[in-house]
Amino acid sequence: MSPQAQDQAASLVQSVDWLAIAPPTIAAVVALAVLVADLFVDGRKKALLGWVSVAGLALAALALLPLLDGDRSTFCLTGDADVCSYTADRFTLVIQFLVLGGALLAALLSMTALKDAGKDAGGDTDKALPEGEFWFLLLSSAAGAALLPASRDLATLIVALEVASLPAFALVGIKLGDRKSSEAALKFFLSSVTATAVSLMGVSFVYASTGTLHLTEIATRIEDVDPQLHTLAQAGVVLTLVGFAFKTAAVPFHFWVPDTYVGAPLPVAAYLSVVGKAVGFSGLILVTVIALPSYADVWGPALAVLAALTMTIGNVGALRQRATRAYSAVRLLAWSSVGQAGYLLVPIAAAAYSEDAQKAVGSTVAYALMYAAVNLGAFAVAALVARTKPLNRISDYRGLYASRPLAALVLGFFLLCLAGLPPGIIGLFAKVTVFSAAVEAGLGWLAVVMAVNVVIALFYYLQWTTLLFRAPEGEPESHRVPAPLTAAIALTAVLGVALSGAPQLILRFSDTGLF
Amino acid sequence: MIDINESVMQFLLAFIVVAPLIGAVTALLPAPPGLKGKSPEQAVLRHGTTVTGAVLIAAIVLALGFDHDTPVKAQRMQATTDISWIPALDVRIHLGIDGISLPLLVLTALLTFLCALYSYFKMPSGPSPKAFVALVLVLESGTLATFAVLDLLLFFLAFEMVLIPMYFLIARWGGEQRTQAAWKFILYTLLGSVVMLLGLLLIGIKAGTFDMVALATDNHPALTTSVQVIAVLAIGIGLAVKTPMWPFHSWLPDAHTAAPTVGSVLLAGVLLKMGTYGFVRILLPITPDGMSTFAPYLAAFAVVGIIYGSLACLALAKQGAKGDLKRLIAYSSVGHMGFVLLGIASMTPTGVNGALFANIAHGLITGLLFFLVGALKDRTGTTDLDTLAQTTGAALYGRAPRLGGLLAFAAVASLGLPGLAGFWGEMLALFGAFDPADGLSRPAFLTFMAIAAFGTLLTAAYMLVVVRRVCMGDTSQHAQHSEQGRPELADVRTYEFAAWTPLVVLTVVAGLWPKTLLGLTDPAVQQLLSGGTR
Repeated sequence: MSPQAQDQAASLVQSVDWLAIAPPTIAAVVALAVLVADLFVDGRKKALLGWVSVAGLALAALALLPLLDGDRSTFCLTGDADVCSYTADRFTLVIQFLVLGGALLAALLSMTALKDAGKDAGGDTDKALPEGEFWFLLLSSAAGAALLPASRDLATLIVALEVASLPAFALVGIKLGDRKSSEAALKFFLSSVTATAVSLMGVSFVYASTGTLHLTEIATRIEDVDPQLHTLAQAGVVLTLVGFAFKTAAVPFHFWVPDTYVGAPLPVAAYLSVVGKAVGFSGLILVTVIALPSYADVWGPALAVLAALTMTIGNVGALRQRATRAYSAVRLLAWSSVGQAGYLLVPIAAAAYSEDAQKAVGSTVAYALMYAAVNLGAFAVAALVARTKPLNRISDYRGLYASRPLAALVLGFFLLCLAGLPPGIIGLFAKVTVFSAAVEAGLGWLAVVMAVNVVIALFYYLQWTTLLFRAPEGEPESHRVPAPLTAAIALTAVLGVALSGAPQLILRFSDTGLF
Repeated sequence: MIDINESVMQFLLAFIVVAPLIGAVTALLPAPPGLKGKSPEQAVLRHGTTVTGAVLIAAIVLALGFDHDTPVKAQRMQATTDISWIPALDVRIHLGIDGISLPLLVLTALLTFLCALYSYFKMPSGPSPKAFVALVLVLESGTLATFAVLDLLLFFLAFEMVLIPMYFLIARWGGEQRTQAAWKFILYTLLGSVVMLLGLLLIGIKAGTFDMVALATDNHPALTTSVQVIAVLAIGIGLAVKTPMWPFHSWLPDAHTAAPTVGSVLLAGVLLKMGTYGFVRILLPITPDGMSTFAPYLAAFAVVGIIYGSLACLALAKQGAKGDLKRLIAYSSVGHMGFVLLGIASMTPTGVNGALFANIAHGLITGLLFFLVGALKDRTGTTDLDTLAQTTGAALYGRAPRLGGLLAFAAVASLGLPGLAGFWGEMLALFGAFDPADGLSRPAFLTFMAIAAFGTLLTAAYMLVVVRRVCMGDTSQHAQHSEQGRPELADVRTYEFAAWTPLVVLTVVAGLWPKTLLGLTDPAVQQLLSGGTR
């Protein structure tokens, strides 16, 4: 758009910077296209929809490239061009990359899962997963998740949160006729809706006390709130955070996680574990660091305690999984993802105490990028194993090295990255950034709690890793691995190894300002 | 020394750290044509021997090229490389050696090579040798890196790198109770090292750099005494677990008892040194104030460790105690490391030199002891002292004279007989405690010295009991057994000679010419205690 045209448009209607909003928009448009196309595509060619969705997500991720040159904002107030609802700054781009990349990998996993489900069902359409709907839901949820980090007012934030969540409920319950799946979806839905409602109430309190929804405006106005409304504002702050804490699966809002992950199709669990968390913590960062820096004394200690509880309960939960129980592999990943969420919260809590809040938050972002690549990789290998051993018990992984040496080595690498021990160098340094954020902020006790948790976590990660290299119990059977699954595993493995060689690629976010 | 170009030296040091890693990766790949050997197992074991041999040669050349004649250079870091790696965390690939790290580097390369050579002929029973070789090489790389890096976070990385290989070596190739022992090893040391990380971060963040050389030389006003005290406490706990210092030692006897011979040799010979090296390299120069606060406590714990280790050994060596020889040597290690810690705690050049000397001596002697006990286990199937000795003694002198002679030699060296390597380190550590650094309470250290000296007597006592019970005895009793179908004990084989001779020779050399080693460490130690290494 030329400058003159911009001037003219600004006087009449809000100008929209389409380039800035391209990433979430592309995902949303492709979602609709897939839903419509589903009606016209023959049953045997449904796989095409999957490729279209993958291509759409890749395109959305590529749309981030032109935005790299500088910050852009759109949907600004006509009166004040500095106050905008949508901003594509570095923080937005990184999280959008994380979300879209995560969704892309989950989509690759889903292609195999959908195909297998279709094959198992035979001609029975009731049992097969409905492909068109699946892709639509996945893409819409990804669009919402991509919108969230860019939102700079509370209304957009809540809308984005809901756009990301509502399709996720349906995705969890998409296994038709599966009682566990529907139960998981219901559990997820009820608890999530409660959390959102609480969050909305918090937003209304904040709005009532400040008179604005824009985050930057809230930051300035909340400092001189009428003393009588002080309690209201404080309550609003706490309640708003609840909804996002729920998404991050922070304790005590973590109860839905294990059952939901087990009930959902495996790729959806992988999606929730990464993208769902990204939604949660990016919302938390926006609300705490951008909107409420002056209330750091309220949310700082709260988040620190939350982080300590979350990592401890998550890791203890993972520790208690018995290897022979059905779906114990997914259960363990679910509990461990709760533990990892605790680590993600540490730098956000540290941001309250540190002079340079952006730097601390950058540690969360760096850790999340590492966690996304590695955790999706672990889920990808789990999906591979689940093809031959549908119960997906940890004991099913015994002797994986004998039948699939590469997959076993890669899974071992991912698990050690999650544990944060060499050869998972990137995992180690990501933990080091989180530790250093805590130490820098003077949160020594939290760092010690985290240190103990790292040791607890090592126990179950290493136990699983050891099992991979044990002598197999039966004859190893080999199956052909479908291309999308191979691509997902290879992609995450290459990422993990490359990052281990050059950790600076993601750790630089912990060193520079993101906003 | 021989004159070697500085860039060649740099390359050699980098090669020493990286080559084992590359070797580990290639060990997992199928052997290329032409190197297939008789079988895949043989090929990969030969690969391990070749790689560790190449690293040893590089380490020896590096040692020859190390300038310890020019006084200025002898105090400095040599063969330094300094490349930025992760600017966000301020992590630099900063490598370099001085008189403190060089002996440990060579010791590590030597012991790993001897282990690889020994396994080539006598592979420990367990799963495929492929993984075994790869793990030993990763372990070597981690330990060598620990001694070569000059960046706190890189030091932590190297420190952690040995955990996974050692865990698998114990858990997969070990003896009875290996799973439990391996868990105990990794969980104890990880807990220690994570706490250590907190201390390292505290130092790095307060001072604004993670570079050990910069931290040691420059004066960092941000490192106030209170910061130093916290940092020393955190880092000290991590290092003390690794060393191990009493009361954090309880993982060591289990790990040693369960580990395969090669694992025990590397654990005692090399891994324990990482802990004491950290004390000397990090705590002494960077946080002298914090260190002097804790020095009396460190010395006290060290002395308790000496007495405790000796008493535990005496109890194990008693007839009817069902003492395991490997466990006994492990407890004796606790005692020996106590001397090392006492030397460090004195914070004097004499004491620290003694500690470094005792480090090397312990690596040589205990490595040899574990080799010998491993050989004994291969021959008799047990390391249980009572089963071995039965009523009169195992009579190794009569049944396998060379093996018996070597065992007696190693035991005598371990108890600190003058003229062998074990003597100087302990004596210098005691000297150090006799006259501790200014600011440390002399009466306390005199007491510690007296108790430690008493510990040497106890050490002599249990070592001699072991020699009497294993080497001496009535051959006729065993002859009866052999008539009943028990195989005779084979004496030392050629490959065993090959693996053990270097250790025996070095033990004698270090005992007779301590100056070769002290001449190397002393300039660096003087520099370290007077204001950091340049």
